[in-house]
Amino acid sequence: MIEAQQLTKRYGEKTAVDGLDFTVKPGTVTGFLGPNGAGKSTTMRMIVGLDAPTSGSVTVNGQPYARHRAPLQEVGALLEAKSIHPGRSAYHHLRTLALTHGIPRSRVDEVIDLAGLGSVAKKRAGAFSLGMGQRLGIAAALLGDPQTVMLDEPVNGLDPAGVLWIRNLLKALADEGRTVFVSSHLMSEMALVADHLIIVGRGRLLADTTVPDLIAEAGGDVVKVVTGEAGRLRDALAGPGVDITGRIGSEELQVTGLSAREIGSTAAEHGIALFELTPRTVSLEEAFMNLTRDAVEYHGSTTATETPEAAGRTA
Amino acid sequence: MSTLTTTAETEAPAAAPARPAYRVTGRRVLSSEWAKLWTLRSTWITLGLALLFMVAFGLIASARYKSNIDSGHHMDGDFARSTAVSLSLFGTHFAQLALGVLGVLVTAGEYSTGMIRSTLAAVPRRLPVLWSKAAVYGLVALVVATLGAFVTFGIGSGMISGTPAAMGFSHAGVARSLLGAGLYLGLVGVIGTALGALLRSVAGGISVLVATLMLIPGLISLLPSSWQDNINPYLPSNAGESMFALTHDSTTLSPMAGLLVFLGWTALALAGAAYRLVRSDV
Repeated sequence: MIEAQQLTKRYGEKTAVDGLDFTVKPGTVTGFLGPNGAGKSTTMRMIVGLDAPTSGSVTVNGQPYARHRAPLQEVGALLEAKSIHPGRSAYHHLRTLALTHGIPRSRVDEVIDLAGLGSVAKKRAGAFSLGMGQRLGIAAALLGDPQTVMLDEPVNGLDPAGVLWIRNLLKALADEGRTVFVSSHLMSEMALVADHLIIVGRGRLLADTTVPDLIAEAGGDVVKVVTGEAGRLRDALAGPGVDITGRIGSEELQVTGLSAREIGSTAAEHGIALFELTPRTVSLEEAFMNLTRDAVEYHGSTTATETPEAAGRTA
Repeated sequence: MSTLTTTAETEAPAAAPARPAYRVTGRRVLSSEWAKLWTLRSTWITLGLALLFMVAFGLIASARYKSNIDSGHHMDGDFARSTAVSLSLFGTHFAQLALGVLGVLVTAGEYSTGMIRSTLAAVPRRLPVLWSKAAVYGLVALVVATLGAFVTFGIGSGMISGTPAAMGFSHAGVARSLLGAGLYLGLVGVIGTALGALLRSVAGGISVLVATLMLIPGLISLLPSSWQDNINPYLPSNAGESMFALTHDSTTLSPMAGLLVFLGWTALALAGAAYRLVRSDV
């Protein structure tokens, strides 16, 4: 459980985090989303006490992080930047952290196996690839068998097998009843793992919602119908929760609140011929872009470069 | 993945009471810092260098003194007045660089690599980390330096036996000087760790360390001489030197006063480091 109240961080003139209020609940994966520079990492650093809030507060399992007797048992965190000494082996890195809490050697071996680092555990961590470094960071986060797991951009630099591993790991941790808080700027990745979403932009809370709600708010699932008898179909489909739009005289209708299957069946019952029946789902990526458009800190010079990338991820 | 699911199955029903009772304690932070120190290759290399400087330069000085005496060469004043102690401790000035630099690396190295984030996430109260680092490394530097001082004197005093400088371990003040040198270098190590934590930069820490121990005494000579006499004995390097010098005169502090002044400098550096550690973000 993580609770932030009016959490604010200012660096001189610049406000990195601006009055954030949110609660991250146990038993679900909560995605923490926002464009680059939205204040995600700063927020996470404040949660584990590396940065002190300018005002407001954040507590973990009811207390500020630093007040806990065994902090690593409360929150296991993977932060954005490398947090290792490159000259120390992965095993010794984990062992030195374990020593501060009296965590036994057997647990160190356990997380090494869990992260798939068995074969490289004795090598200098500085020689690790980006992906291996991420795995070591995750091993360190799980070391204290924490109630709350907080990962900043965990899939960065991981190969497809690693990405899949993270996805399953996050779900498994949440199923065990732990609080899982994961930041990302990849909406599509979040859509696959997160149940709940906290979206920030320019340090402000933009949305505290669920994946289906976000999509619904962004226009939801629309079905495009083309028929010669638009007026009759409109009457046949009308009902509570159904919204039908279309220009008068046009053959095309946009229907929300009904699935393509329901529309097709209704049309068949009434003997209405359909020329086209196309469900169009608003991708999470689009919903996210709509929400954060005004809050993007660093705009590219062209939007064209973003589109194929976004399309590629959704596909 | 299979590992995770099995642990999940065994742990989930047990819930809260079955969780191991981990806890951060001062002793555990000490043991962690001890492990951190010895799991880096740079520790072994730098400590080896410090010991080498200490022993090798002490023996070279002793050998040169001996050969000058034997060949009847004229020696300039300072060198002619050497004692077995001053010859053996000739390497102290070089060893202090190695030990001080390693001290800076112990703390500033964590900032330059990012390790400090892991360290402070594990010990968010922060100050135990600084005290542990200073204690662990200070002790290690003390042991290495004391060992170096006694070994060098053991061999060096044998080399120059029969010369005016000859002395044995039982000679008045010898043991105190050798122990003083060990203590001085141990405290230099502590000052290094404090400077590293204060400045959070390896280059910055080393620069300030070298300036404090080696450059400032030279700069003081630019001041009017009446000021010099008042300031000089209290400079870190001179106060430290009083700790292990065999003889003292009116311009230097007594060994005990030197120790107290040098401890004061050490405490000042540690206080600055503690202030910055607690007050600023990582």
